[in-house]
Amino acid sequence: MNMVSQLAVEAPPSVSIKGLTKRFGALTALDDVAMEIRPGAFHALLGENGAGKSTLVKCLMGTYRADAGHVLIDGQEASIASPRDAQRLGLGMVYQHFTLVSSMTVAENLVQGEAGLGAIIDWPARRERLTAFMADMPFRLELDRQVSTLSAGEKQKLEILKQLHLGSRFLVLDEPTSVLTPDEADQILGLMHQLTDAGRISVVLISHKLREVEAYADEVTVLRQGRLAGRGQVGSLDRSDMVRMMVGEDQLAASAPRVTHDAGEALLSVRGLSVEDDKGVPAVRDLTLDVRSGEIVGIAGVSGNGQTEFVEVLAGQRAETGGHIEAGGRRYGKTRAEMRALGIKLLPEAPLDNACVRGMSVAENLSLRTYDTEPMARGGIWLNRAEMRKRAAGLIARFHIKTQGPDAAIETLSGGNVQRTVLARELSEKARILIVQNPCFGLDLKAVAEIRRQIVDARNEGTAVLLISEDLDEILELADRILVMSDGRIVYETPRSEADLQEIGHHMAHHEE
Amino acid sequence: MEGTELGWWGVLIAVIGGAIRVSTPYLFVSLGETLTEKSGRVNLGLEGVLVMGAMSGYATAVLTGQPWLGVLVAGCAGALLSLVHALVCSLPRVNDIAVGIALFIFGTGLAFFLGKPFINPSAPRLPDLDLGWWSDSPHIQSALQISPLFLFGFALALFLAWALKNTRWGLVLRTVGDSSEAAQALGYNITLVRIAGTVAGGFLAGVGGSYLSLYFPGTWNEGLSSGQGLMAVALVIFARWDPVRCFYASLLFGGATALGPALQSAGVTANYYLYGAAPYFLTLAVLIYSASPRKALEGAPGEVSISR
Repeated sequence: MNMVSQLAVEAPPSVSIKGLTKRFGALTALDDVAMEIRPGAFHALLGENGAGKSTLVKCLMGTYRADAGHVLIDGQEASIASPRDAQRLGLGMVYQHFTLVSSMTVAENLVQGEAGLGAIIDWPARRERLTAFMADMPFRLELDRQVSTLSAGEKQKLEILKQLHLGSRFLVLDEPTSVLTPDEADQILGLMHQLTDAGRISVVLISHKLREVEAYADEVTVLRQGRLAGRGQVGSLDRSDMVRMMVGEDQLAASAPRVTHDAGEALLSVRGLSVEDDKGVPAVRDLTLDVRSGEIVGIAGVSGNGQTEFVEVLAGQRAETGGHIEAGGRRYGKTRAEMRALGIKLLPEAPLDNACVRGMSVAENLSLRTYDTEPMARGGIWLNRAEMRKRAAGLIARFHIKTQGPDAAIETLSGGNVQRTVLARELSEKARILIVQNPCFGLDLKAVAEIRRQIVDARNEGTAVLLISEDLDEILELADRILVMSDGRIVYETPRSEADLQEIGHHMAHHEE
Repeated sequence: MEGTELGWWGVLIAVIGGAIRVSTPYLFVSLGETLTEKSGRVNLGLEGVLVMGAMSGYATAVLTGQPWLGVLVAGCAGALLSLVHALVCSLPRVNDIAVGIALFIFGTGLAFFLGKPFINPSAPRLPDLDLGWWSDSPHIQSALQISPLFLFGFALALFLAWALKNTRWGLVLRTVGDSSEAAQALGYNITLVRIAGTVAGGFLAGVGGSYLSLYFPGTWNEGLSSGQGLMAVALVIFARWDPVRCFYASLLFGGATALGPALQSAGVTANYYLYGAAPYFLTLAVLIYSASPRKALEGAPGEVSISR
């Protein structure tokens, strides 16, 4: 009830972090980091994966306990031992993974965690207050909708509303736009900017998207390998300064030279494919496309529009409900024999779960495609472990896989190295058809450059590449032809030369009327 | 001819009466399991808890002469046994299904061991309410002899349905069961909520057990439960984790269990054991109906391991 007036009257706190250090065992995740956020600032926290951004905000939010350093709020030292303490001080976090309860309504999610919630909830009174609260907010949601029916953008809005409703005047947004269309991202960040401009809240935006930082943030702090790598006013820095702060002086692999050639015959053809998701709801509807030799076809789209189900069908993990797939001119039955004969290779999302056997070693995982053939298996029966390890050692060196050795269990590797391992396996033999989904998700810029180069190299050698990615920049960089997938359909197609970000973004957000 | 016609009516009335009489343990166990699963854990040990409740309730009634005290003790015994499940499952990397099966075997074994001396003495039974006073028909009168525990279970189902929506505890329980990430972000103690959900579920299952030994069939022996605790777990899936639907589903299972005796009383004695197996067939049918390779279970709490 007093929430609304509180938000309007009380100014956001000034937060300063001094000398913050956090160690996990031998690893120093944060080393003497300082950060200053003035009231009403839109502050960007920039850095690669593993740079310590999440660790820093988790220390601020009381999820982690820092080993050294302190946090001053409005000039006074604050001890924040739990998320509840942070909430009491008006600090709130909008997490990267949605923390909404999907079986509950918008109203129930908003009321959750509210201080002074009685044992019995007086719904009529609560609803009245929620309605008043919504009226004061720049974006609105219906109170009775179940969260599972909201779109990704609406869920993100609800996360933000929830924090504001709890009285947070200092909001940390952890990569909020990774699941949004460009339009939704612009809308949400724009609205947050309105709130900071009005001096009602402060925002810390964690991101690795320079475009967003440039467009919305006033100030930026950059972390690299747990240390403060730079800070300043966004207006006085240009893009190359920020990239240098993020990756240091290391050279990035140059983007692969793209051979200009005409695409050849269609190697992979999808004809009228329909697929249902786990709930029996159509996820892919009447999808038709061709991928020709020597071209990269990029499918853009916001996650959850049928991409995962589509890749699962291509991988043989899910049955189609209609239509069919042709590979190399023949109907593709997704058997091991066909995969081998046609050279079909696949790097799915979450490769540790979808393309690896967790408990097996790196060498074993590298041989999953070939262990049953000569020379890995003598006579197709007896495994030749020495050969397996020798070949693995070669691939580990060639693809720069960081592992303790060929015998280390695959699950001990970092995400980027698992990704490299699977890509090494899939590209170690001639691939005629390569299907990759979000190949660079969560990787650092160096690994990203390397993996993209491998994909372009494969294309240059005549492989038909189908790239399914939620990262529009990746699609624009790699694809020869760009398709947009929305609600299980291909809704737009454009060649690379005529691609326009606005136009593609608009089609990504397209919904059937 | 008139005899058989009355016989078929008799079967129907007997099935309805039987459904009311037999359904109560199903109802209590399924409400208990609903609470536990809403918190994000499955307790398959409720069969053991049910038998333990039956034994301890009966023993208490024999020793003190107070059947209602037996009901209370049965609930506490069930809560205590479920506390074992709750605590073991709170350890990292413990599978709740495996612990549940262990608890099921442990609970029944313990009940048989401790219950040996109580097979012979007879305990005072729980009283009935005669809700059939308005009818002249002895069939109807006997069908409507209802235990207060049944009415209490019905009220409890309505109360739980209300409480899950309208109390803070209900919201916390559902949050923890649906998304541990959300619960963590809100600063709830997930382990504590799950322990509370499991223990409360065990209390209800224990009360269900006391109904078996103190009301219907009203004796204590080792074949008393015949798997009702396990069937109630399947029933929760069928009821889609909704307390009110648990009530309807319990009546359905109760009716299936009562089918054999009802037919026998009408003179159909052939295939008695086949009709007696009706609840097991029903359980299978329910599980086949609710399982599908393509569809995930609708309404299942997100953290429950059967829905992952």
